[in-house]
Amino acid sequence: MDLASAKMVGAGLAVIALAGVGVGIGNIFAALVNSVARNPAARDRVFGLAILGFALTEAVALYALVIAFIILFV
Amino acid sequence: MAAEGSSSIDALGQFQLHTALGPIGASVNFTQANLMMVVSGLGILALLWFGMKPRAMVPGRLQAAAELSYDTMLSMCLEQIGPEGRKFFPFVFTLFFFILFGNLLGVFPYFFTFTSHIAVTLALALLVFVLVTTVAIREHGWHFFSYFVPQGIPVVLAPLLVVIEVISYLSRVISLSVRLFANMMAGHVMLEVFGAFIIMLGGLGALGYAPAGLSLALNTILIGFELLVAVLQAYVFAVLTCIYLHDAVHLH
Repeated sequence: MDLASAKMVGAGLAVIALAGVGVGIGNIFAALVNSVARNPAARDRVFGLAILGFALTEAVALYALVIAFIILFV
Repeated sequence: MAAEGSSSIDALGQFQLHTALGPIGASVNFTQANLMMVVSGLGILALLWFGMKPRAMVPGRLQAAAELSYDTMLSMCLEQIGPEGRKFFPFVFTLFFFILFGNLLGVFPYFFTFTSHIAVTLALALLVFVLVTTVAIREHGWHFFSYFVPQGIPVVLAPLLVVIEVISYLSRVISLSVRLFANMMAGHVMLEVFGAFIIMLGGLGALGYAPAGLSLALNTILIGFELLVAVLQAYVFAVLTCIYLHDAVHLH
């Protein structure tokens, strides 16, 4: 395998981490739907927390994405 | 940088720094990132100055924006830090708006996102880290170091947990800076990659027109998503700063 194709494969492997992030974001919004269904009055407060959790989880996806970009382009 | 061959996409070229403002800028190494920082600083001042100038009882749109932003940040500070939050409000407000304007300016064509550089975000994160540690030591003195020993743990586990706590305290700098940097960089690389797809697919002839249109549509959606990310990441940075400040003021 030459270096160029190894880079492509490596970048592909790096973004496997996105599977975990998908599960995480799914969990966050499942919990949000759950809690709003149980207590609709808490919606505004819980929504802010969910967005914060979403942003923190999404950042993990971007770490993987940045590694893939570094492998591909640098 | 991958620039060889017409088939490769130069996705990182957009982050290169050039000197701005002609020969004067070149002589002091004034780059377009610095220019954008000045622009965002002036933008914040303009929003607050022109927003609050009318001082109308029923606020207009600009005044509403200025008042709403002030209110939101103040309530966030008081909510997260507690009554001491009023002291830190100017810092958090400035930090939030500097990052927000930096992120939002990057969405405009021909503008530059200075928050997509790790040097800038690391400097901001270090600023927060030094402030938090200074506040904690000033408030609590030597007692501050009890922060690294979680309450009610077995003595056997203490050495291990202290090491973990110290590492997690220090890694705040990295997570805070890389989060903002990665979000802004990944977003702009994505825009660039799909933008390159449009040109590549359009060059294929009739067969490529439909996929090219599709990636144009996707790019349009991505710009909307970038707007969301820009506001969200500035907010997350400010909220985390508040949470760290809460830890510093209250310990545990």
